[in-house]
Amino acid sequence: MTTLYTSDHEWLRIDGDVATVGITDYAQQQLGDVVFVELPKVGRALKKAEAAAVVESVKAASDVYAPISGEVLEVNDELSGEPALVNADAAGKAWFFKMKIADKSELGGLMDEAAYKAHTA
Amino acid sequence: MLAREDLTPLKRTPLHGLHLALGAKMVPFAGYEMPVQYAPGVLREHLHTRKLAGLFDVSHMGQIALRPKSGTIEDAAKALERLVPQDILGLAPGRQRYAQFTNEDGGILDDLMVANFDDYLFVVVNAACKAQDEAHLRAHLSDDCIIESLTGRALVALQGPEAERVLAKFCPDVASMRFMDAGPRRVDGIDCFVSRSGYTGEDGFEISVPAESAERLATALLTDSEALPIGLGARDSLRLEAGLCLYGHDIDTTTTPVEAALEWSIQKSRRTGGARPGGFFGENKILAQLASGAPRRRVGLKPEGRAPVREGAPLFVDAASSEQIGTVTSGGFGPSLNAPMAMGYVPTALSALGTRVFAEVRGQRLPLQVASMPFVQNTYKR
Repeated sequence: MTTLYTSDHEWLRIDGDVATVGITDYAQQQLGDVVFVELPKVGRALKKAEAAAVVESVKAASDVYAPISGEVLEVNDELSGEPALVNADAAGKAWFFKMKIADKSELGGLMDEAAYKAHTA
Repeated sequence: MLAREDLTPLKRTPLHGLHLALGAKMVPFAGYEMPVQYAPGVLREHLHTRKLAGLFDVSHMGQIALRPKSGTIEDAAKALERLVPQDILGLAPGRQRYAQFTNEDGGILDDLMVANFDDYLFVVVNAACKAQDEAHLRAHLSDDCIIESLTGRALVALQGPEAERVLAKFCPDVASMRFMDAGPRRVDGIDCFVSRSGYTGEDGFEISVPAESAERLATALLTDSEALPIGLGARDSLRLEAGLCLYGHDIDTTTTPVEAALEWSIQKSRRTGGARPGGFFGENKILAQLASGAPRRRVGLKPEGRAPVREGAPLFVDAASSEQIGTVTSGGFGPSLNAPMAMGYVPTALSALGTRVFAEVRGQRLPLQVASMPFVQNTYKR
């Protein structure tokens, strides 16, 4: 499985024509303690770069953008009951949603791990 | 992110170097470079303050001495009463009181703390308003008072249940102070002004210290393992849990003290029928509202769900109505409350506890209930 990154600090794990989306460890560190997560509705057709989810810390609300276009297949309901999971395991258990990849060519604009590391350095 | 609207160089407090050494994340605030948080983050800093003790740098705030030209403190008190609806003449030596500068429309120019230091009044005002406040004082009190901006002083707040124990190591006398006592004290050999007050809802102290001794004092207080430095982020969530107003957000020139539910701060002596009724800017409107109420009121709001409802969210009477009835003026997540909380203005008819209103957040109408404040019980030592 390939993991790709956006400049807005989201990660996508690609498995066939399905992408699992979350925010990076760097992003959760910048946000601080997450106290609320709002997830998109299953079935929603996301367009690349539109606001898809919201993460809120004590201080502020931040949008999570759709890294690519596609339909939402599944959301991580665990985050509603335990938003702090985003701080504990951003790259793993705290995935936000799974989406169907509408257009594989959109993946071409994303970063691999080395490029993302350079981006946040 | 906080947008900088101009390129004026940011000012620094006397504790700037200490903040950097302590690993603070610095942000622009009211023209100053201020610590918004340290390594533990807002949530832990907030909880630590409620459990043990937190040290805040609030040196950006304005400290002003009002010295009576006559040498008689009552003359300074009477003069200041022209600018605030509070009883200053009745403020005993060694005591402090919350007040508001009002304008001719009854709006609030700033809120402030006033202390009687026996031979002069000591005033603490908000950072963003301090230049304007000083000009206002000079314009109206210069015949009676020498107005001295105490720019050479830093201000720190030590707040939380362990604050008394920590501060008493350097100034044993603070243990005998009660809430809103204030006056000059020697702390670790430094000439300070100490008040038993703060902006967190916790017992605690504010300490005005000469700038050159500020870092030594802050470092000494932080040698106690139960005292941690706390940033502006937690200061905001602590004051919101305590139901305290933030100037420029919950109160401003368009809100009167009565609309802001600050009647408790206006003593009987300044009201109709009192010993010195009126005699302050906006007296007609404020006295009339004290007698018969205001059309709208600041209330506490508890979202029914888990989503925080933040400043600026419009309020509606139901889930469908297009007519906005009010606005959220502060809102966020309360770490001690472990739930979202907010305050805002609603029509007085909708201000009863338990009234349900709706806020629009990201296109959705979320239900909130009018709730009593403080959201978290205060622990002042009265």
